[in-house]
Amino acid sequence: MIRVALPAHLRTLAHVSGEVELEVEGQATQRSVLDALEARYPVLRGTIRDHVTQERRPFLRFFACEEDLSLEPPDAPLPDSVSSGKEAFLIIGAIAGG
Amino acid sequence: MSKVRVLVGTHKGAFVLESDGKREKWDVSGPYFAGWEIYHVKGSPADPNRLYASQTSGWFGQVIQRSNDGGKTWEAPGGDIKPGPEAMKAGASNKFMYDTSPETGKPLTTHQFYDGTQHPWEFKRVWHLEPSLTDPDTVYAGIEDAALFRSTDGGLTWHEFAGLRGHDSGPRWQPGAGGMCLHSVILDPSNPNRIFIAISAAGAFRTDDGGKTWKPINKGLHSGFIPEPTAEVGHCIHHIAIHPSRPGVLFMQKHWDVMRSDDAGDSWHEVSGNLPTDFGFVIDVHAHEPETIYVVPIKSDGEHYPPEGKLRVYRSRTGGNEWEALTNGLPQSNCYVNVLRDAMAVDSLESCGVYFGTTGGQVYASADAGDHWTPIVHDLPAVLSVEVQTLP
Repeated sequence: MIRVALPAHLRTLAHVSGEVELEVEGQATQRSVLDALEARYPVLRGTIRDHVTQERRPFLRFFACEEDLSLEPPDAPLPDSVSSGKEAFLIIGAIAGG
Repeated sequence: MSKVRVLVGTHKGAFVLESDGKREKWDVSGPYFAGWEIYHVKGSPADPNRLYASQTSGWFGQVIQRSNDGGKTWEAPGGDIKPGPEAMKAGASNKFMYDTSPETGKPLTTHQFYDGTQHPWEFKRVWHLEPSLTDPDTVYAGIEDAALFRSTDGGLTWHEFAGLRGHDSGPRWQPGAGGMCLHSVILDPSNPNRIFIAISAAGAFRTDDGGKTWKPINKGLHSGFIPEPTAEVGHCIHHIAIHPSRPGVLFMQKHWDVMRSDDAGDSWHEVSGNLPTDFGFVIDVHAHEPETIYVVPIKSDGEHYPPEGKLRVYRSRTGGNEWEALTNGLPQSNCYVNVLRDAMAVDSLESCGVYFGTTGGQVYASADAGDHWTPIVHDLPAVLSVEVQTLP
C-alpha cells in the first residue's frame, strides 16, 4: 500500500480528504504510483503530469523521506519506506503566485 | 416571471448571481472552484441548465467543468470512472491535443514568439467556451496558444479545427501581452457553417464551411504598433460582438480603435467617433436594438484603467461614431479598475439588461439598457468574464 499526499486543490478536485492509499502492482516508482493515482481518480489526469509528455508540471514537485525526488527518473524505484507505506509520497505545489 | 442568471468567472473562483425579472434583488452563490482561475462560464442556449466552465491554474493546468442544473452542482466530464467504452475517455476532458496528423496537422508546428523567433504551439488554457446554439452537448473552446477545439460529447473529448491553425499565416501569428489566445467565438445563428473567431495578436478569421478552412478578415484594420500596420494578420483584437438578428454586422474593440464591418468581416471601418479613448477590451450589442452598442473606454495600453478615474460605459445608438457616456451609478472619481474582454454581457428581457465586471471585483448591472447602474456585488476577486442567461 502506497500513501500519497495531494495538495489541497487536487484533494478538492478528486473529492478526497487526507491521504490517498493506493495498491501499486510491481515496483513502486513515480510513474507507477501516478498511473495508479490517475486510474483511481481520472479527474487528476493532466493536473500533475502533462497529458502529452507525461512530464511533471513545472510548479509541482515530488518529495518523500525528506528528500526532493522531483528530478529522479520516473521509473527509478521509490524509497523502501514509501513502498511499504511507512512514509507518504508527497505531491507539493510551489509556494508562488497570488 | 422571467429570471436572470449571471455567470461570473473570477481570478479565484466562479459565482452565480440570480434575480427575478426586476433585477433588483440578487442571490449570490459561490465561490465554485475556489482558488482557481475561472476564465469563462457560459450556458447552453439549447438547455439553459447545461453550463460549461473553464477552470485553470498555473500549478495544475486545465480542468473543464460541466453543470446540468444551472450551476448548483458541477462535474468534470470523465472525472469519474465509468464501465465500458467510456472508461477509455476518463479524464480526457482537459486533453486539448493539437492536431498533428499528416493530413491536417503537418504544417502546424510553430508561430512567431515575442522575440521574433519561431516557437512551438503549447497548450496553456481555455479562454472561452461557446456552447452550440442547438445541441447542449456540443461546445467550442478557444484556447491559448491559439486554436479552436470542439466537443460533441458534453466536454468529454475535444478535437481541433486544424484548418485554422494550419492557415498559411500561422507562422506569423504572435502572442499579445496576455498570451496568444483565441478569445472570441461567434456562431452565426443564420448559417451553421459560418463561425467568426478572433485571436490576440493574429486577428479575426471566418469559416464558411463548418471549420475546414478559414480566411483572415482584417481588411481595414490599422495597427500602428506592428511593422506593417495594415498586414493580413498580426492585429491585437480584444473582442468581437454581433446582434443575432444581423450576423453580417460585426463590431470590434481592437487594442486601439472601435471598428465595424457590414460585410461579415470582409472589410472594416473605424467607428471610434467621439470616444474619450478608443482603447478598451469589451464590446457588446443591445439585445433588441442592433445599432445600439456598448464599450468601456480604457485610458491606454500602458495604463489599464478608465480615463480620469471615472468609470464610464459608452453607448452608441447609431452603430458607432456618436457615443454618449453612461455614468449614473458608476464611480466618477478615483476608480482605477479594468474591464476585461469577456466581462460584459446583455440579457434579453424587454428592457435590456447590461452587465459588466471589473478587476476590482464589482459586477455592475443596468436594467434599463445602461441609463442607471447598480453594483450587484462589490468585492469579488478580479472578474475575468461575465455571461448572462435569460430564463423563463
